[in-house]
Amino acid sequence: MTFRHRHLLGIEPLRPEEITTILDLAEKYVDLNRQPVKRSKVLKGLTQINMFFEASTRTQASFEIAGKRLGADVMNMAMQASSIKKGETLIDTALTLNAMHPDLIVMRHPNSGAVNLLAEKVNAAVLNAGDGKHEHPTQALLDALTIRRKKGRLHRLTIAICGDIAHSRVARSNLILLGKMENRVRLIGPPTLMPAKIEEFGVEVYDDMRAGLEGADVVMMLRLQKERMDGGFIPSEREYYHRFGLDAEKLSYAKDDAIVMHPGPMNRGVEIDGVIADDINRSVIQEQVEMGVAVRMAAMDLLARNLRELAGPKEVMV
Amino acid sequence: MTTTTFINARLIDPETGTETTGSLTVEAGTIVGRNLAPRGAVVDCDGKCLAPGIVDIGVKIGEPGERHKESFRTAGEAAAAGGVTTMVTRPDTTPTIDTPETLAFVTRRAREVSPVRVHSMAALTKGREGREMVEVGFLLDAGAVAFTDCDNVVTDAKVFSRALVYARSLGALVIAHPQEPVLTRGAAVTSGKFASLRGLPAVSPMAERMGLERDMALVEMTGARYHADNLSAAASLPVLERAKAAGLDVTAGVNIHHLTLNEFDVGDYRTFFKLKPPLRAEEDRVAMVEAVATGLVDVISSMHTPQDEESKRLPYEEAASGAVALETLLPAAMRLVHAGALALPVLWRALSLNPARRFGLPGGTLAEGAPADLVLFDPDVPFVLDRFALRSKSKNTPFDGARLQGRVLGTWVGGERVFG
Repeated sequence: MTFRHRHLLGIEPLRPEEITTILDLAEKYVDLNRQPVKRSKVLKGLTQINMFFEASTRTQASFEIAGKRLGADVMNMAMQASSIKKGETLIDTALTLNAMHPDLIVMRHPNSGAVNLLAEKVNAAVLNAGDGKHEHPTQALLDALTIRRKKGRLHRLTIAICGDIAHSRVARSNLILLGKMENRVRLIGPPTLMPAKIEEFGVEVYDDMRAGLEGADVVMMLRLQKERMDGGFIPSEREYYHRFGLDAEKLSYAKDDAIVMHPGPMNRGVEIDGVIADDINRSVIQEQVEMGVAVRMAAMDLLARNLRELAGPKEVMV
Repeated sequence: MTTTTFINARLIDPETGTETTGSLTVEAGTIVGRNLAPRGAVVDCDGKCLAPGIVDIGVKIGEPGERHKESFRTAGEAAAAGGVTTMVTRPDTTPTIDTPETLAFVTRRAREVSPVRVHSMAALTKGREGREMVEVGFLLDAGAVAFTDCDNVVTDAKVFSRALVYARSLGALVIAHPQEPVLTRGAAVTSGKFASLRGLPAVSPMAERMGLERDMALVEMTGARYHADNLSAAASLPVLERAKAAGLDVTAGVNIHHLTLNEFDVGDYRTFFKLKPPLRAEEDRVAMVEAVATGLVDVISSMHTPQDEESKRLPYEEAASGAVALETLLPAAMRLVHAGALALPVLWRALSLNPARRFGLPGGTLAEGAPADLVLFDPDVPFVLDRFALRSKSKNTPFDGARLQGRVLGTWVGGERVFG
């Protein structure tokens, strides 16, 4: 088993076997999470702080449950209401928290790279829960686990990622991960929502949904991130839905057993038809949420092991 | 009256484009000749390079308003240590230098504490807001050597064209940093694979070309004297070439960072590499170096922009732009010489001769009668840069920890030694 990192800041620094290590361990936590008693002690005595500078319901809840099931002391900081609003810089907040000796810090921040900045300044292991338009590694890992369980493998699959690629950290982490695991990745969306030179990442780019979905094993829909747009990316939501919204007709171009994924929260009727989202034969959206808890438990477990190794065997008695 | 003879010097003469071994005699602050019989104090240059002092245009000093970032004293000391004998300072201070009174303040401060020569630029419009032109005549009388709103583009073409016409009637030089301001807004890096990977807001280098195209049309319309500074994009160069071929009174400049670094140097969100315009692709860097070699781009400057730790220790998008470079300009430029891209006299044409000529300043030459503003340097000596050893108050250099070659051994301003 290999996983040699102090932090989980993105998929980019991970090697394929490290991704496999996380997913293998997460499988064990999927089993644990289905037991009536879901307690483990691997993070016992450790303190986990969740710092969310952007509103989040599912990711924050998922990290909180993951930490608690592993026995950590979990604290949620409501950063929108905190001293950042009073003018304190991210670094000062980080140093203040660091002085309280947390072991794991889970951070979401609206600026790309903010999590890297934090990781340089604290002793805790830092987990990126989404930074700007950069990465969202645990989302990509939970998507990978979902795909692996549904498709029986995580290589040589054709995976279409559709929608607002430009504003999506989920898309970046996913295309990096799926590329590392040797899948065929297609990106589908209007050219205004495609990042520059994205084809250089070894992906195929389509602006036609039907052509892009042709023969796909996995269809990954993204949320249209209206809050990150400063105007004029698409003419209207109805035209977007007409051209890029996933409905039964467009989905018929994918393989018959293709699965449909969405990181949530969904805009029904904008990027996905509600009927597809609720179709238990195609949609794995609920399973993604379940895998999220397991993957986060695995990631924190691995980081905590590395923390302990760094700290050495001595224990302080009080 | 001081007399000094520099013997055993490798004389770098940008005017003739030559490197020769010989001596140079200086008397009463003026160069009096080469290879004369030594008299006065003798400085043995030991075969090292002696060149006209660097004339660095576009230096930002934190006076008035941000003296915690840089003062005339610290900037002057950094300049002396970097072989810069003339600083042409920017008006983007707080408040803006847009009246004869604020100009008089900086002129006095500079005279009191700076060991090197200082000339000031004034804003082109009041408050650099792009609405009303400044008192160009009064400011010229008070000593302004050029007019610029720096990185604020005068978006209103009518305001800009009137300012250009008015400046032309007084023979004043107008400097702009061309950009299409709406495309550029909010951008932290150059668009491309790297920007997409890092998820940072980005701008195409075409925004610079669009700004330059507009300005060239306005210069053609008004006949103004215009210097396009801080160019960085290969796409801008054909525009510049056409304007020069058409006989417009246009020159151009590039800052040292765009000649020696590219977008990938930003790495994991290193904010000391955040510049305005942002670092470009390697192809752009190579094209800019080539343009300096051919003379299409006339001037290399430091675009010295001091920023304190607080304004840089932020997430990349929110961090301030700019880098200090007075002291690193020469060793960074030596990278281009050691890479075989530029010969020393060609480099010195861009660092010293051309800016002096364009701004109508004495200096930039080793000719008889020129002021004895000189730099003695060893182009080869290697060192690792430690940013905390810099004399600038602010330490925001992208070259921290970099291996550089080239060290200043001595700097003279008007025949007086100010460093070494």
